[in-house]
Amino acid sequence: MLGILASIIDGVLVGLVYGLAAMGLTLIWGVMDVINLTHGAMIVAGMMALYLLANALGISPYLTLPPVLIGGFFVGVALYWVAIHRMVGRPPLMSLLSTFAVNLILIGVATAVWGTALFNVDVALPGVTIGRYTFPGPHILAAALAALIAGLLYVFLHYTRTGKAMRAVANNREAAELVGIPTTRLLAISVGVGVALAGVSGMLIGTLFPFTILSGDGYQLKGFIVTVLGGFGNPVGALLGGVALGLLEGLVTPFVPVSWTLVIEFALFVLVLIAFPGGIFASRRGAL
Amino acid sequence: MLRRPFFWIIALVIAVFVAAPAIGDNVELRESLALAAVYITLASNLNLMLGYAGYINFGSIVFFGLGGYICIWLVNSYAWSLAASLVAAGIGVSVLSFIFGVGILRLRGPFFALATIGIVEGVQAFVENFTPWGGSSGIYISPQVFEPLGGSARALWVIYFAFVAVMGASLYLSYAIKTSKFGLGLLAIGQNEDAAAILGVPAPRYKAYVYSASAFLPAIAGGLYFFKGAFIQPSDAFDLTLSTEAIVICMLGGQGTVTGVALGAYLYEELRGYLLTSSTFSNFQLVIAGVLLLLIVLFFPSGLMGFVYSRFPRLKRVLE
Repeated sequence: MLGILASIIDGVLVGLVYGLAAMGLTLIWGVMDVINLTHGAMIVAGMMALYLLANALGISPYLTLPPVLIGGFFVGVALYWVAIHRMVGRPPLMSLLSTFAVNLILIGVATAVWGTALFNVDVALPGVTIGRYTFPGPHILAAALAALIAGLLYVFLHYTRTGKAMRAVANNREAAELVGIPTTRLLAISVGVGVALAGVSGMLIGTLFPFTILSGDGYQLKGFIVTVLGGFGNPVGALLGGVALGLLEGLVTPFVPVSWTLVIEFALFVLVLIAFPGGIFASRRGAL
Repeated sequence: MLRRPFFWIIALVIAVFVAAPAIGDNVELRESLALAAVYITLASNLNLMLGYAGYINFGSIVFFGLGGYICIWLVNSYAWSLAASLVAAGIGVSVLSFIFGVGILRLRGPFFALATIGIVEGVQAFVENFTPWGGSSGIYISPQVFEPLGGSARALWVIYFAFVAVMGASLYLSYAIKTSKFGLGLLAIGQNEDAAAILGVPAPRYKAYVYSASAFLPAIAGGLYFFKGAFIQPSDAFDLTLSTEAIVICMLGGQGTVTGVALGAYLYEELRGYLLTSSTFSNFQLVIAGVLLLLIVLFFPSGLMGFVYSRFPRLKRVLE
């Protein structure tokens, strides 16, 4: 019994990081109705940045967070101008295809450079032991950092001018433009923030598990599942969705072989999409 | 239908595919045309969803892979003949996708696209854990299964003609659907699903039908493809490269057109042949597909046929 409880707690810790991964996805969707299929590639970019910075420069893995955050923002702004700017307001098919194309390019180049070998970053951090069970230190710290960043995002969206303007654009782009909000610049900033969040979540996942260049797809799918659980366009819901997915993984892991987890998660994803098209924790549209 | 020139254009294309390698027993040409036929089959059937109904299916490879699995499994474990296994694969995958389709096609637009990505991952994970299908190591079949087709050399020709037949059926299916009332309903859904539904198009039912219809021929092509290789494993059967290429082909030729997709498939196959032989590019096949797709989506969203139609408006009446 205690074993299951421990597995659930660990699931929740990892789930917070999944929630962070989904937050970037849902932010971009909420602001401009674009599903960013480069999300998986951006998560991997965060992982690779962690690996390269931590191993080549020898700095502590957690010190790579600021450069990943800032770098991710600029990559996101570039992504907006390359693949998304011309697609805003066009049928969703087109933005799906353009971001999908960029994903192909990024993953293709990365595979050619690094291959598909397994990368691992050693994090020396003592765990917390309760009774017979030890919760790994990296899991606790990653969950804390994910919660902190989610909190900062909330503050940014609700208490800064840029954040408020972003929510206004999400609510009604034309009305926002009429009252003088530079919508194009805000769309670019939103993609920047979304990608930065993807990068940071990738970096945090990289401290938990080994990864390959192709790991992004699985985490992107988890991101979609979390997004669907939490409600589209609702970053706070994403955190709850992440915790829900983590809980589920924690509950399932002791009983089912690991390779089945994805099947179960996916079945859940389709069921939730059909039963609650807006997501379980969905609030009003435009509530970003 | 027999009076329409386009019917005969398709017939001509099929005749060329049959005759060109058969004259002079050109095996190299046969292999490259076989691949072109597979591309045309996959892209035409994807086009039913993507071009007609406006629904992107990132997971069309599932039809191909599952078809391959069902066919190989029936041939290997139950000693069914190839023809019977292929039909069973086609029907089986169509029925499965109809059941899936009724569920996921209630999702609209991008949500459907997300579900199709999930289906690939879900089905692949299922097959990797499914022991009757050999799990992640897959199924080998012995070369003896080629005996009923007259030995392996002759079997390859039989398989090639079967590929061409499947390709022809795909082109005729695309054409028949496009000129039918059903096709008109799909095109209306693609333009504006709400308006179509208000005007009486039974949108969810039509979408489930077309999803199921677009599974039948790719499943048969998958059966042939893996029968030819005498081996199937999950990473090959559900390799996203092929379904990605099918999307690129649809967009390159012009989504929603029958001619464009066939033309796009042929051009892409030629390009790919060149890229694979050039040592600089062979590692970058998907990168180049990505660049191509990005450029088309950004600058030429109506593809090759859009260009042809705008230059020669009269051709619009002849080339569907």
